[in-house]
Amino acid sequence: MRISVQEAPFDLGKETQAFAEGRKDMGAIVTFTGVVRDVEGGLAQMEIEHYPGMTQKALEAIASEATERWSLGDVLVIHRYGRLQAGEMIMMVATASRHRKDAFEAAEFLMDYLKSRAPFWKKETTGAGTGWVAARDEDEDALDRWTNPA
Amino acid sequence: MDVLYFAWVRERIGIPKEKVTTEAATVAELVAELKAREDRYEAAFSDLSALRVAVDQELTDFDAPLAGAREVAFFPPMTGG
Repeated sequence: MRISVQEAPFDLGKETQAFAEGRKDMGAIVTFTGVVRDVEGGLAQMEIEHYPGMTQKALEAIASEATERWSLGDVLVIHRYGRLQAGEMIMMVATASRHRKDAFEAAEFLMDYLKSRAPFWKKETTGAGTGWVAARDEDEDALDRWTNPA
Repeated sequence: MDVLYFAWVRERIGIPKEKVTTEAATVAELVAELKAREDRYEAAFSDLSALRVAVDQELTDFDAPLAGAREVAFFPPMTGG
């Protein structure tokens, strides 16, 4: 398991290649990449603030829970902070498992939890001004399916 | 203890971190003490449903005890990913 909280950009291709190669026992690699989305009127910049002491631990706890719930060979989480522009990659997760179901589900679980349980906050600057991105109810609701499986 | 503020909570209070000496037994009691200080605290803590809290870097709730706590952080709901 590798968790990286970093300001610098990451190379999606290199990270995915390094994560995937040399695994003879893992039949499935799933990756998800989050990209800064432009907004109406144009995004001048997005600033991501985080809680340095807590972020790494929170991400490790989420990744550890994923490895307990699914049969995973490995997990990678990279999440950036600082100033980003539209189109830049913010974060990625990768999961490896013997069969694809575990890798897909675990990647979704990781995304759902790090949306609303990892201490990051996004601030957008547009032509209309600057404001903090509000958490969405849907993101909170998304956790229900993992805590109350149908 | 250290009290930390993030995102708009930090902006409203005007500082990222401060040392607070308190006898508060719970997070809620600490919030009450801070609100009584100045308008900017009152403004930041006016709607607790819009806030989250971590004690010693673990998410918890406003009823959480503060005995032995070294660090309390207040922030809006997180927007990672």
